[in-house]
Amino acid sequence: MASSSHKRITKELQECMSDPPSGMAVTLPSESDLRSWAVTLLGPPGTVYEGGTFQVTVNLPEDYPFKAPQVRFATRLYHPNVTNDSLGNICLPQLKSENWKPAGRVRAVLEALRQLLVEPNPDDPLEARIADEYRNNRAEFEKNAKGYVVRYAMK
Amino acid sequence: MDSDEDFVSTISSDEDVMQDDTDNDDLSGAEGDFDVFDDEPDDDPAILSHKSDKKESIAYDVSYRVYTPADIQRQQDEMVDEVNMILEMKKEDAAIMLRHFRWNKERLIEDYMDKPKAVLEAAGLGPSAETPPKLEVIPGFCCDICCEDDDDLLTFAMKCGHRYCVNCYRQYLHQKIREEGEAARIQCPAQGCHRIMDARSLDLLVTPELVERYRELLNRTYVEDKDILKWCPAPDCENAVECAVKKKDLDKVVPTVACGCGHRFCFGCILNDHQPAPCELVKRWLKKCADDSETANWISANTKECPKCNSTIEKNGGCNHMTCRKCKHEFCWMCMGLWSEHGTSWYNCNRFEEKSGTEARDAQARSRISLERYLHYYNRYANHEQSARLDKDIYQKTEKKMVQLQTASGMSWIEVQYLNTASQTLQTCRQTLKWTYAFAFYLARNNTTEIFEDNQKDLEMAVEALSEMFEKPIAELSDSKLKVDIMDKTAYCNKRRIIMLDDTADNLANGHWQFNVDFTDAGASAAAGSGSARR
Ligand SMILES: [Zn+2]
Ligand SMILES: [Zn+2]
Ligand SMILES: [Zn+2]
Ligand SMILES: [Zn+2]
Ligand SMILES: [Zn+2]
Ligand SMILES: [Zn+2]
Repeated sequence: MASSSHKRITKELQECMSDPPSGMAVTLPSESDLRSWAVTLLGPPGTVYEGGTFQVTVNLPEDYPFKAPQVRFATRLYHPNVTNDSLGNICLPQLKSENWKPAGRVRAVLEALRQLLVEPNPDDPLEARIADEYRNNRAEFEKNAKGYVVRYAMK
Repeated sequence: MDSDEDFVSTISSDEDVMQDDTDNDDLSGAEGDFDVFDDEPDDDPAILSHKSDKKESIAYDVSYRVYTPADIQRQQDEMVDEVNMILEMKKEDAAIMLRHFRWNKERLIEDYMDKPKAVLEAAGLGPSAETPPKLEVIPGFCCDICCEDDDDLLTFAMKCGHRYCVNCYRQYLHQKIREEGEAARIQCPAQGCHRIMDARSLDLLVTPELVERYRELLNRTYVEDKDILKWCPAPDCENAVECAVKKKDLDKVVPTVACGCGHRFCFGCILNDHQPAPCELVKRWLKKCADDSETANWISANTKECPKCNSTIEKNGGCNHMTCRKCKHEFCWMCMGLWSEHGTSWYNCNRFEEKSGTEARDAQARSRISLERYLHYYNRYANHEQSARLDKDIYQKTEKKMVQLQTASGMSWIEVQYLNTASQTLQTCRQTLKWTYAFAFYLARNNTTEIFEDNQKDLEMAVEALSEMFEKPIAELSDSKLKVDIMDKTAYCNKRRIIMLDDTADNLANGHWQFNVDFTDAGASAAAGSGSARR
């Protein structure tokens, strides 16, 4: 069924490259691999991530779109829903296998990801400590998050 | 003794679920879902019910029933027939409705009487379904999943109007049915659309190679949708067990059931029989053991050195009474103490002697004592597990010899069954003893704990004595005197085990145990130690 997904992936990629979601740029690191996308995400204005440039990788599995895309941060960031390590795993409801639907789009996932930077979801955290801090000590959270932006996301 | 009253009332005072009537702890009195099956004879040995005389009922017993695949099928069929008659709908539709209502027949009938149109619509049987679902070719259609737009593309859409090509639907269903094991609650493939794919649409779309798996999964929903039913976890066993004990009761009762296949398991957590320890405690203990797996490797060693002459001694049976081949020193495998002290009232092998507080002045000493304490319980826990295995080995070897012995001694096959019974008893008792040590590890020191340890000691002594007889050479086993002794000891072990379990379950039901950790923070529903917290 890989051939059937080819058409879909090509179409999605073209749309994302020619008309990218706001604050993002989508590229293909290797022309021969349509399933590995590189996304550059600008920290949304008015958030602690403003001024940072974040690299996001999108991998479309063999069974895509029947299985969810794999999306990760390649740039470290300080966020309750992103693992505070080099893996950059993201907790996004759309990406969970029980929520993903084949009619879903990468574009919608990327838009939700950007929204997650605007509005973290401390109730469903990957980093419980950061979530606690976000809830109970916002000033400290903002200081730490901005520190990470300066350290990792500014070139 | 009003403890049994309390025990029963904890289980049946569950008002919020009472209405769906799946809550009766006494199945013979159940009036709801299962009344249609009550014409069955109740002499099935797998059926235990609470005796009406509460004084006689055993605190650790829960009532349960074992169902074979045929029973499960019949129950479904009967429920379908009933809905078919009451609501006058086709059997096929009744089955769809029942699955939609997670086999809650009462709610289905009630809701249907109340608002039939809405209910039919929600289950995918609305007026729109009167024209059966069909595959269509729509000119100019482009499938949103695969982006194909061929002119002859076959497409399908449910009432929600989310239309995709048939190939995509089929691949989606393959993924759901084959890989995710879903059948009764597959949603529309559109992002954010929660419409459940109804049975007729599925019948139309499911490919022949998936049909069997699909039907199988549909059948499983009957058991999986009901909290009072669980599959027997034994590999290759297709039975299901019914038990009314609720998750929130698990701090009060350890619901142990025995499947028709012989497998004994806990209805609460599906693990092997872990009486008398409550589920939450078991969970903690297993986690602790996994975290300290170093110590586990240390104990599983089958050899130790004789405390007197240091020659290596191998343990090859379940019995803890060791005799050094070289110096004939007799000692206990567990504590390495003199065996002569074990057969008497001085027996103290099971109890951990808490050191006086003065000794534990600094943190290092405290941590050493806490490790010693853990090892005391862990060693005995692991030892019974290991011994049960060794006892089983011995039995299997013995069984072979007994067949030969039958001809030699003139004993019939029936007459040598006492060894089988003894072997079963040893294993069951060791299983219980094993968990008494995990249980004791979490007990606070008080009078109730003392009594518990006395019971534990009595059972352990009886088991070790039986284990020792059981290991006697085959020639001695043919002696009728030993046979009588083994039979007596077997009965005694069973009796001690029942006393131990009964006492523990009784205290659990009444919240009399005091634990040295708080089990309540692990979640209110399955908290094991709330009894002590309430006191
Ligand atoms: Zn398609
Ligand atoms: Zn839909
Ligand atoms: Zn079974
Ligand atoms: Zn359990
Ligand atoms: Zn020796
Ligand atoms: Zn001992």
